[in-house]
Amino acid sequence: MTDSLVIAGKSYSSRLLVGTGKYKDFTETRAALDASGTEIVTVAIRRTNLGQNPNEPSLLDAVPPSKFTYLPNTAGCYSAEDAVRTLRLARELLDGHSLVKLEVLGDPQSLYPNVIETIAAAKTLVAEGFQVMVYTSDDPIIAKQLEDIGCVAIMPLASLIGSGMGILNPWNLQLIMDRVSVPVIVDAGVGTASDAAIAMELGCAGVLMNTAIAGAQNPVLMASAMKKATEAGREAYLAGRMPKKLYSASPSSPTAGIIASARS
Amino acid sequence: MITVHINGAARQLSGSCSLAALIAELGYTGKRIATERNGDIVPRSQYAETTLSDGDKLEIVVAVGGG
Repeated sequence: MTDSLVIAGKSYSSRLLVGTGKYKDFTETRAALDASGTEIVTVAIRRTNLGQNPNEPSLLDAVPPSKFTYLPNTAGCYSAEDAVRTLRLARELLDGHSLVKLEVLGDPQSLYPNVIETIAAAKTLVAEGFQVMVYTSDDPIIAKQLEDIGCVAIMPLASLIGSGMGILNPWNLQLIMDRVSVPVIVDAGVGTASDAAIAMELGCAGVLMNTAIAGAQNPVLMASAMKKATEAGREAYLAGRMPKKLYSASPSSPTAGIIASARS
Repeated sequence: MITVHINGAARQLSGSCSLAALIAELGYTGKRIATERNGDIVPRSQYAETTLSDGDKLEIVVAVGGG
């Protein structure tokens, strides 16, 4: 059975998207990505360090764009204008690559999305031909507006970026999935494998994480755990869980043929 | 002498020169970079024909690890 994640017309077999930040070095980055089975990796766009050796190893050598689908992000942008400029630079940097992750932040303490600036940036980027995967709040009305603008994936937070607090409002994620037909991918807040499994069991199309893997004691092992959790959650969703029976137990073994009591 | 601002830092150039010459001086020739001049993208194919002017603001970026 093929069960692909389809984003902007392209199919991916992995539903786990992984960030490339916060690892010890590029060797660990690559080992974690390989263990996760991910096909889509987020990258940041930053100024070159003037005065540093321009020949030092680069992310593009360790994580070749020929092997992974790059998803350049706008992390650190607090206005629509800066986010749009950053992604125009990313498109030039990556030879016309148009699949991008838009995030416009509201404040540096919470890193909560500024949805007003996000919507403004999304409109500009879609008009310029970008395929926009958008980080947003778990507000179902905003999510639907972002889809209507033309975003190719809606990526609500499960909890704050880098917090590892897990899925705090599954009801809102469900409300978003009820309204939106493009893939809904949980982005931010996953802390451990069960969080990824829960997101997938809810019916999310995928999970995007960085700190949950890079911040683990053993990032490569956690990457492997996340791969399994994402797959397990997806299979459980597709299998359709049994109904919950709140006040009645139901034995798993036959009720007939039990040996007689020896005491009577 | 002209002054251009590269990634926020002022830099004196001996005279008007091409963006390609500046990129070479910085050691970035052939590297995977992208450049913005005064808010507009300069495609790599136009580095040679782009002449820098006094007061130009350049942003030169690379891809780095990020989530």
